Amino acid sequence: MQRLLTFIHALGMMLIMFSITYILPIFTSFIYHDGTLIDFTLAMVMTLAVGSLMWLLTRHNKGELSIRHGYFLVVMMWTAMPAFATMPLLLLINGLSFTDAYFETMSGMTTTGATVLTELDALPPALNFWRHELSWLGGMGIIVLVVAILPLLGIGGRQLYKAEIPGPMKEATLAPRIAETARNLWLVYFCITAACIVSLKMAGMSWLDAICHAFTTVGLGGFSTHDASVGYFNSSMIEFVMIIFMLLSAMNFATHFLVWRKKTLMLYWRDTESLSSIVLLLASCLVIGTFLWWQGVYPSLWTALRYASFNLVSIAANCGFSSTDFSLWPIFAPLWMLFLSCIAASSGSTGSGIKMIRTLILIKQAGREFLKLLHPAAVNPLKIGGRVVADNIVFSVLGFIFLYFISVVVLTFALVISGLDFLSAFSGIVACINNVGPALGILGPASNYGVLSDFQTWVCTAAMLIGRLEIITVLIIFTPHFWRR
Amino acid sequence: MQILILGAGQVGSTVAESLVGEDNDITIVDTDAEKLRLLQDRFDLRTLVGNASHPAVLEQAGIADADMLLAVTQSDEVNMVACKLAASLYNTPTKIARIRAANYLEHPEIFSAENFCVDFSICPEQILTDYINKLIEFPEALQVLEFAKGRVSLVAVKAFESGPLIGRELRYLHTHMPNVDTRVAAIFRQDRPIIPEGGTVIKAGDEVFFIAATEHIRTVLKEWCHMDKPSKRVVIVGGGNIGRRLARALERDYQVKLIEHNKKACERLAAELTHTLVLCGDGTDENLLASEHIADVDVFCTLTNDDENNIMSALLAKKGGARKVISLINRSSYVELVQGGKIDVALSPSHVTIGSLLAYVRQGDVVVVHALRRGAAEALEMVVHGERHSSKVVGRRIDEIELPKGATIGAIVRGNLVIMGHHDTVIEADDHVIVFVINKKIISKVEKLFQVGIGFF
Repeated sequence: MQRLLTFIHALGMMLIMFSITYILPIFTSFIYHDGTLIDFTLAMVMTLAVGSLMWLLTRHNKGELSIRHGYFLVVMMWTAMPAFATMPLLLLINGLSFTDAYFETMSGMTTTGATVLTELDALPPALNFWRHELSWLGGMGIIVLVVAILPLLGIGGRQLYKAEIPGPMKEATLAPRIAETARNLWLVYFCITAACIVSLKMAGMSWLDAICHAFTTVGLGGFSTHDASVGYFNSSMIEFVMIIFMLLSAMNFATHFLVWRKKTLMLYWRDTESLSSIVLLLASCLVIGTFLWWQGVYPSLWTALRYASFNLVSIAANCGFSSTDFSLWPIFAPLWMLFLSCIAASSGSTGSGIKMIRTLILIKQAGREFLKLLHPAAVNPLKIGGRVVADNIVFSVLGFIFLYFISVVVLTFALVISGLDFLSAFSGIVACINNVGPALGILGPASNYGVLSDFQTWVCTAAMLIGRLEIITVLIIFTPHFWRR
Repeated sequence: MQILILGAGQVGSTVAESLVGEDNDITIVDTDAEKLRLLQDRFDLRTLVGNASHPAVLEQAGIADADMLLAVTQSDEVNMVACKLAASLYNTPTKIARIRAANYLEHPEIFSAENFCVDFSICPEQILTDYINKLIEFPEALQVLEFAKGRVSLVAVKAFESGPLIGRELRYLHTHMPNVDTRVAAIFRQDRPIIPEGGTVIKAGDEVFFIAATEHIRTVLKEWCHMDKPSKRVVIVGGGNIGRRLARALERDYQVKLIEHNKKACERLAAELTHTLVLCGDGTDENLLASEHIADVDVFCTLTNDDENNIMSALLAKKGGARKVISLINRSSYVELVQGGKIDVALSPSHVTIGSLLAYVRQGDVVVVHALRRGAAEALEMVVHGERHSSKVVGRRIDEIELPKGATIGAIVRGNLVIMGHHDTVIEADDHVIVFVINKKIISKVEKLFQVGIGFF
């Protein structure tokens, strides 16, 4: 009981912080006079009130939480915040069910970018802005942000940070203090976003579109203010700018920070993980572009390369924009894109999925098995970028991969049982667990997730949360050991 | 010369042995009284037990009068501090320290006069590594030594039975290879030195030392011995300081396997080396050697601390079919025992490294000293100074110089030019002269000859 109160105390604090984020859409609404001022203010006051109440009532229950409570708290925050974030949607869109609204906000915060809403172009600007802001906050991790601003939630910041930041090796080395590390990451995130906003504006977007799209590009969210996504602009310049920023966001932000601090680009070269994923993405763009041209989907090689690069990078980096309906391409291309979405993002980036580092570890582990048979006496540690990866990390990566595939299989079955066709179900789960967004079949870029039944929507919502928090953080609270003392 | 040596380890004691024989007053300091007692029993020197980095100990060891400090203890830090103390408290003229950690060597400024005052730093392991590296590059040679920053090399080979030069007089060499200038500096026949002259006839099995510009080595080697395909597969046994350095130096250009028996050490090595295959096992385990295809190995180096293991492992490898085996052997009696037998090259670490220290001890402007034939002979690179009237060398033809018997001038390096020493070559001031001395006893005469004579003013 005592511990529960401590949780509520921390959660209350988190909600108070979260209510502050309503200021931006309120400001937008003020500028555009779209008549949503009251609704957003109401949402803000409600969140603030609930948060304050929780915080004040339990103010004597501050306490240090252990590792296991950190996981629980992170999962609680990640389920509670999207719930509170649904308020403006429910107030402003008639006939929207809580299920769909929760899917939408979860999709935003987990940077998935799948939507159940149609006629996005007709939504009030403030509401569109709110969806994009959620995506931006979720990109680097809202708990990391809170850890950065408030060094202590009354709990071990390091545990929360570890539970939220993706990747198998989380010993951050940017700064001695975790709050300083979190602050540095958010600073880099903020600067890259600012650069993206300016670049998109210069490439021809309006300020609102530029800000919204920069939020979802750098956060690798994939929400758009238009039904046709980026296809609406039909500008190769905009697509080019977005490709660059998506690639930057798919790299480890710690590397960006170190490059900025040490003023040397050599560090990108030494970051084996980011380098591998960039090389893989660019090579895939060339192959898919040529493939599409060869198959006669596009008349010229350049057009094929343009569409292939944008959609491939967008899907593979777990962003989820589309400039055309790629589900109509020969099936090899979209399947390869979905496959890449599982592995292409780097740890410490805003993308999700298995992550490049785990893929590299597994490939090298496979090589080790061969060598072990040829030279039984060989001592051959697994090395990434010249550094030895300890065997326990290799094992945990193997465990992670297993859980990842089991999750995909189980959730796909859940959708298939409920009556969805296999291609849509499978691609939908892959797209949700990797936080991509558009899938294939009836969930393709031309359609959206609004066609799903309530049950199916909840399955997808769960997939997004599991994917964003890297599976183990979520699943650990369902293990019996977690609850045993 | 008054010389103070800190550390009576392998390097310290061999240096002491070598320097005592050359009329130097040696004091040696170590914390291990037993080691010192053994040394004192064998040689005429003074010993002192104590911590080499304490001023009181240095004082007692007579640093105030010392001409040279040789800090060769196990610890880089002690060596550096001793040099600093010697400089700031006693103003010792020459301070040499053994520095092994590459990290220190990456910042040469820490050895400057304002900081640790190390005049010269030596790293015996690195010297040995370079030495073995050369042997692997030229697997036919017994020894490859460099002079004048690598422009000139002195190479020892065993004359090959059906080689084109066998049974010929030495002067035939020039007509045989008109484009390549090379000179035979010495010949050893059944371990007896022969001073090479134009009429000397070469026999199979002779150990020939020749000097040539470094880029010509391969061409000249071809005339003396049977050239195989270049080395490709290298196996190193022993992942200590030398094995590790060697593996790192070789792993880019060769296929390197490193055998080490300590599991923990294996893990460290595997973490540090990128392309080397680290095997955990015993170098004397014939099953391991067989399963790693010893018959296809070009060079097999045994570099552990254990002489007997090194010899046994090398013999096993040779029997298994390894093309060339190199063995590191600390005990000089063992070296003489196995050299030239089944083991192609028996390396005595002390003899390889002593040269780098001797260069600082020798009188005159000596740049490089290489000990040859286990310390019996020596090759020196000296810079000549002065003018015709003040020097016995400058401005004279080589046949005019009164070289003691057993010493030959092999080559002269003038700026970037490499000139082979013929009888009519005239030596100029600031030339680097490479002198081959067959018998160590005459070294002091050679030194005197090359010094600028004060009496001539």
